[in-house]
Amino acid sequence: MTDSTRDEPDVQRADPRMLILDTSIKVLFPSILVLAVYFLFAGHNRPGGGFVGGLMVGAALALRYVSGGAEAVRTTFRLPAHVLLGTGLFIAAATAFVPLLFGESILEHGDIEFDLPVFHHVKVTSALPFDVGVAIVVIGLILMAFAAFGDERSDQPGAEDDGSDNQRAKLWVRR
Amino acid sequence: MNALIPLPVIVPLLGAALCVVAARARMVQRVISLAALTSNVVVSIILFIRVDDDGMAVTQAGGWKAPLGITLAVDRLAAVMLVVSSLMLLWVLVYAIGQGAEESRFAAFNPVYLVLAAGVSASFITGDLFNLFVAFEMMLVASYVLLTLGGRPGQVRSGMSYVVISLIASTFFITALALIYAATGTVNMAELAERTPELSSGVRTGFSLLLIAVFGVKAGLFPLFFWLPDSYPTAPGAITAVFAGLLTKVGVYAIIRSQTLLFPPDAQQGTLLLVVAGLTMVVGVLGAIAQDDLRRMLSFHIVSHIGYMIFGLALFTLAGIAGAVFYVVHHIVVKTALFLVVGLVEWHAGSDRLSRVGGIVRSAPMIAVLFAFPALSIAGLPPFSGFVGKFALVGAGIESSEWVIVAVSLLVSLLTIYVMVRIWSNVFWGEAEDAQVEARMESEAGRVPWVMSAATSVVVAMSLLLMVFAGPLYSFAERTAADLLKPEQYVETVLRGGS
Amino acid sequence: MSVLLAFGCAVLFATGTWMLLQRRLSRILIGVGLMGHGANILLLTSGGEGGESPIIGTAPAADFSDPLPQALALTSIVITFGVTAFLLALGYRSWKITHDDVVEDDVEDRFIASRWSSDQIVEESREAEREQAADEDRL
Repeated sequence: MTDSTRDEPDVQRADPRMLILDTSIKVLFPSILVLAVYFLFAGHNRPGGGFVGGLMVGAALALRYVSGGAEAVRTTFRLPAHVLLGTGLFIAAATAFVPLLFGESILEHGDIEFDLPVFHHVKVTSALPFDVGVAIVVIGLILMAFAAFGDERSDQPGAEDDGSDNQRAKLWVRR
Repeated sequence: MNALIPLPVIVPLLGAALCVVAARARMVQRVISLAALTSNVVVSIILFIRVDDDGMAVTQAGGWKAPLGITLAVDRLAAVMLVVSSLMLLWVLVYAIGQGAEESRFAAFNPVYLVLAAGVSASFITGDLFNLFVAFEMMLVASYVLLTLGGRPGQVRSGMSYVVISLIASTFFITALALIYAATGTVNMAELAERTPELSSGVRTGFSLLLIAVFGVKAGLFPLFFWLPDSYPTAPGAITAVFAGLLTKVGVYAIIRSQTLLFPPDAQQGTLLLVVAGLTMVVGVLGAIAQDDLRRMLSFHIVSHIGYMIFGLALFTLAGIAGAVFYVVHHIVVKTALFLVVGLVEWHAGSDRLSRVGGIVRSAPMIAVLFAFPALSIAGLPPFSGFVGKFALVGAGIESSEWVIVAVSLLVSLLTIYVMVRIWSNVFWGEAEDAQVEARMESEAGRVPWVMSAATSVVVAMSLLLMVFAGPLYSFAERTAADLLKPEQYVETVLRGGS
Repeated sequence: MSVLLAFGCAVLFATGTWMLLQRRLSRILIGVGLMGHGANILLLTSGGEGGESPIIGTAPAADFSDPLPQALALTSIVITFGVTAFLLALGYRSWKITHDDVVEDDVEDRFIASRWSSDQIVEESREAEREQAADEDRL
C-alpha cells in the first residue's frame, strides 16, 4: 500500500475514465447516502432498517468501485474498515446488553417521544442504536470485501505469488 | 440470577467487537479475549450451582412471554455443558496464545474465536428451535473461518468440503423448521413439546428422523461422519482441539435435547439410534486404526466415541441418559486434552506422523506423562473417568437387555485400547524414524513453550478431577437424566413459570 | 399460490441436488445456492395462505398473513447469503491456488489407501476421476 497511489488513484488504471459514468456517480453517490439514512431512520415502523440502510451505502460504494476502482472505495471513509465493523458490532451488542443493567430482560426496548423544531413530533425507540450498529457492521463488511477482492491487479492468476493473498487482505495478516 | 443467562452469549460478542476494533494491538486483543472467556467461566459456574440447587432458570428476550418471545433457558444439561465448554474454550485460548502461530499472525483469530464461544453458548441456552439454528450458524461460520485461517492449499480443500456439508445440513435444518412450523405453528421448544403429541404418528416420526439427520451431520453420526476426519486435522493446531472437544458435542447436545424434549416416547427413535450408535462406534475405531497421522487418528476416534453417547441416549432410560451425559462431559475434557498433547508432540517433533516420530518418552517425558492420563482415560481403564462412563453405559445397556450393543461397545473399547497402545508404542517408545524429526527433538526448536505445556497440564488435571469427582458428577448426571425424562417440568417452567 | 410455491421449491431442491453431485466446484456452489433458496421458500410457505399485511388496525385479525415465517425466512436468507459469500471467497482462493475448480481428493486418504493396496490401483482411480471430470466438462 504505497502512498503515491493513495493520492492519485487513476495512475494505476489501464482503461480511461468514462466521463458520463463518473459525473453521474458524483451526483448519485450523495443522494444514495441520503436515501440510506432515510431508510435507517424510517426502519422502525416502515420498510427499511439498519440492514437495508447499510446495504444502500454498500450499493453506493459499489458504484464508486465501478468508476474509481478499489482505491476510490478505500478512500471514501477515513476510518479503517475493521474499526467500523467492530464499532458497529459493539453498538449492536451493547444495545442488547444495556437493559440487563436496568434489571430488564435482554433486548428489551423502550421509546421516548419529543418535539423538535423542524421535524415536529419525533419518536425514538431504543431499537434505533441497534439498527445504527447493524448498518455500520454492513458498511464495514462491504468495505472489507472490496479491500480483499476488489483489487483488479490480483484478478489474473499468477499475477502475484499464488501462496499469499493480495495486498489488501494483508491488512489482516500481521507482519 | 435470570439476568446472568444471556451473558455467556453477549459478553463474548462484545469482546469480539472490541477485538475487531483493536485489530492492530495484539496484547489488547489477548486481554479482551481472556477476560471475556473468564467471565464466561464464572457466569457458567454460578448458573450451574444455582440451577442444580433451585431448578431451571428461564428468561425471555425482550420481555415477551414465552411462545412469542425468544426463550433462553438453562436447565441442568445446559448448565453443565456451559461450564465444561467455557473452561475448554478458555484454556485452549491460553494454549493458542502460548503457541503463537495462528493466534499472533492473524488479527481475525481472537474475534472469530469469541464469536465461536458465543455460538456454542447460545446453542446450549436457547429454548427456541429457530434460535438454535441461528446459534449453530454463528458457531459454524466462526468455525469455517478458523478452519481456513491462513488459506493453505490443504485447508482450502478440506474447508471447502466442510463448508458445503455444513451448508447442506443447515439447508435441511431450515427445511425441518419450515415443516415443523407448518404442522404445529410454533418453533418454541416448550410449546412444540406440547403440540407434537397432537400430530399423527407418521408426521411425528418424520420430524424426529429429520432432526436426527440434521444434528447427526454436526455430531458425526454414521453414515454422516465422513467429513469430520477429513476436515478437523487441517485446522490450525489449537483450533482442532476446540473442534474435536466441543463442536461435535453441540450436535450431540441437540440430539439429546430434541429427542427427549420434543417427541413423546412413541416417536423417539430408540432402535434406529442404537443401530446407528453401534455402527458409529465400529466404523470410527476401525478408521482410527488405519490412520498414520495422529490427528486424523484421533479425529476418527471422536466419531467412535460419539457412538457411546448416542448409545446411552438411545436406551431412553434413566441410567442410559445419565451415562450419556456423564460421557459427554468426560469426552469433551479428555478429547480436548488429547488434541492439545498432539499439538505439543507436533511442536516437539515437527511432525505428527506415527511413521516418523518416536522416542518422545526419553526426549520429553513431560509430554508422555500428559498423554498417558487422557489416553488411559479414553481407553476406559479403571480408575479413570472413561471407565466410569463406559461402566455406566454398559450397565444401562445390560439393564435394558440390549446385548448386541453392549457387546459392540465392549469390543470397541478393546480396539480403543489398541489404538492408544499403537500411538504410545509408535510415538513415545522406539526411535524417531526420520532424521529431521530426530534433529528437531534434540535441538532448541523442539522445546515446547511453557505456556502451552501449562495450559495442557491444566486440561489434563481437569480430566483427572473428573475421575476424583466421578461420584458427585455421576449423581448430577442422574439428576439431569431425571429432568430430561420429565419434559413436562421444562415446558411448565418455560411457558408458565418464567419471569 | 401455495401450490405454485411448493412446486417451485421442489424444482429448486431437485436442480440443486443435481448440481451438488457434480465434481466442479462452481456447480456445487450454484447447487448449494439453489437448495438454500428452495428451503427459504419452503419456510415462507409454512405460514399458510397469504393475507393482509399484519399491522394492527389495518384489517381484521383473521385476514392477516402470518408474519413469523417471513421474519424467519429473512433471517435464514441473510445467513445463507453470508455463508454462500464465504464459500465463493473460498472458491476464489482455491482457484488461485490450483487454477482449476475440480474438487480435489483427500491426499491423506490416498496415502492411507496406498499403504494397503498397490499404487497402481490408486493411479488408476485417479485417472478415472480425471476422465470423469473431463466428461462433465463436455456435457
